[in-house]
Amino acid sequence: MFEIHCPYCDEKRPEIEFAYAGEAHIVRPNAQDQGEMSDADWSQYMFIRDNVRGEHCERWWHQHGCNMFFNAVRHTVTDKFVMTYKMGKSRPTAKQIADAKK
Amino acid sequence: MKYSAVSLFANALSGHKNWPEQFPDKAPKKEYDVIIVGGGGHGLGAAYYLAKKHGITNVAVLEKGWIGGGNTGRNTTIIRSNYLFDESAGIYDHAVDLWDGLSQELNYNVMFSKRGVLMLAHNVHDVQSFQRHVHANRLNGVDNKWLTPQQCKDFLPILDISEDRRYPVMGGALQMRAGTARHDSVAWGYARAASKLGVDIIQNCKVTGIKRGADGAVEGVETEKGYIGAKKIGVSAAGNSSVLMEMAGLRFPLESYPLQALVSEPVKPVLNCVVMSNAVHAYISQSDKGELVIGAGTDQYTSYSQRGALHIIEHTLMSICEIFPIFKRQRMLRSWGGIVDVTPDRSPIVGKTPVPGLYVNCGWGTGGFKATPGAADMLAHTIAHDAPHKINAPFNLDRFVGGRLIDEAAAAAVAH
Ligand SMILES: Cc1cc2nc3c(=O)[nH]c(=O)nc-3n(C[C@H](O)[C@H](O)[C@H](O)COP(=O)(O)OP(=O)(O)OC[C@H]3O[C@@H](n4cnc5c(N)ncnc54)[C@H](O)[C@@H]3O)c2cc1C
Ligand SMILES: [Zn+2]
Repeated sequence: MFEIHCPYCDEKRPEIEFAYAGEAHIVRPNAQDQGEMSDADWSQYMFIRDNVRGEHCERWWHQHGCNMFFNAVRHTVTDKFVMTYKMGKSRPTAKQIADAKK
Repeated sequence: MKYSAVSLFANALSGHKNWPEQFPDKAPKKEYDVIIVGGGGHGLGAAYYLAKKHGITNVAVLEKGWIGGGNTGRNTTIIRSNYLFDESAGIYDHAVDLWDGLSQELNYNVMFSKRGVLMLAHNVHDVQSFQRHVHANRLNGVDNKWLTPQQCKDFLPILDISEDRRYPVMGGALQMRAGTARHDSVAWGYARAASKLGVDIIQNCKVTGIKRGADGAVEGVETEKGYIGAKKIGVSAAGNSSVLMEMAGLRFPLESYPLQALVSEPVKPVLNCVVMSNAVHAYISQSDKGELVIGAGTDQYTSYSQRGALHIIEHTLMSICEIFPIFKRQRMLRSWGGIVDVTPDRSPIVGKTPVPGLYVNCGWGTGGFKATPGAADMLAHTIAHDAPHKINAPFNLDRFVGGRLIDEAAAAAVAH
């Protein structure tokens, strides 16, 4: 079981308090764009995932805590969390990830 | 050498010290007609059927570790074909047909044991859903029948069918053609048989890149043992399929999750069939050695770590004890995890890819052991003809664009 740092509570809490919520930074097309989108683009949004072997940006939900969604970078081979960050922040750069590992 | 009672007896006389190796350890050639990436049951089987049914023998299977060391050697070996949809009935029942004669065909005992798979219904929804499965299966000629609680108990004497249980048994669906097989033997048997037909089995040979020519078609693979050319490449890498597809510039509708299993210390025969309960969330069988073989659920997050969290197996054991209080004092011996590649509709992808010469067999997720001979046969057919067989044609990649999903996720709940 993981210990996960919630950036809103600013605390490490056990994994059972959290729900995994899939790959991060996938932008839902707005209603107008949806009508114009090709099936192939909709498929990309709906079904296609990076499924990274390595450092993965992903969403977590502190369901049994503060109830907030946030993002995390986790290495999917070691399962080690590199960093967590608040919603709205953009995908960390390679340098930010490297710094967080120090 | 052909295995037989005579060869067993003859080797017993020399203390079983002189058995020849089952297949030779080969260094890769410069080029093959077909390269299969992944030495699990599916990949080894595909190489065997390429050689056996299609006469394509200049084939290599490249495995990054040891054959059968992936999910083939890590699964709970449940074999059944009572899925809901016509497409699934086609591919899973084809696999069971092949399981039937596999030991004879490979001259290798895969210990396919048709001990029956009993799926327990605990609420009205289960009853309706399982009966729907039974009817759908009958229309497709797939074996599956409905049992009353008393019939369940007659078949499985340790089952408690009293009505005051938290999860009473309200009936069950029994597929008698279903059962288990010896996982390692499937890999070894296919490897030995394929090797005899000229296939090179190359272990400790991780594929690190897929080379494509100017026209986009595949030309070969980069590996730990150097570059190997091939005009046709079949990828059968289970949990690592996304990684391989990315090497060819493709993104796939797959996510890889840890899935765990565990076994108890061995006990006398007590469980005569495979038992599954979707509502309580447990499945269990007993191996021929006597261990209770128990499958857990997936972890919630994607991972390639080949291990899962403790609270997942704790939850599983609570469910097992709920159904079978008799197992409360059983001690668990070992637990382990594999990485399963899950598609959005929980059905596999078996067929061509947008890259010419690149074929894929993936997305079997938590339930592809049962399909091993069928998937292997279909992958081989697709590679040999550069076109899918009618059984695997619906399991294409395009369904995630066109929307013709084969949604066994809802139909089969979580268990596979
Ligand atoms: C705990 C658990 C329980 C399960 N229970 C059941 C069950 O009861 N019934 C059922 O039907 N199914 C079950 N499954 C699912 C089943 O195990 C798989 O669907 C099936 O075994 C997949 O077979 P495969 O040959 O495709 O994969 P694998 O046996 O995983 O073979 C893929 C191979 O590819 C290799 N590979 C990966 N990357 C590379 C690379 N870059 N280069 C070279 N080689 C590479 C891997 O090392 C691996 O050996 C279970 C799975 C798990 C983990
Ligand atoms: Zn919080």
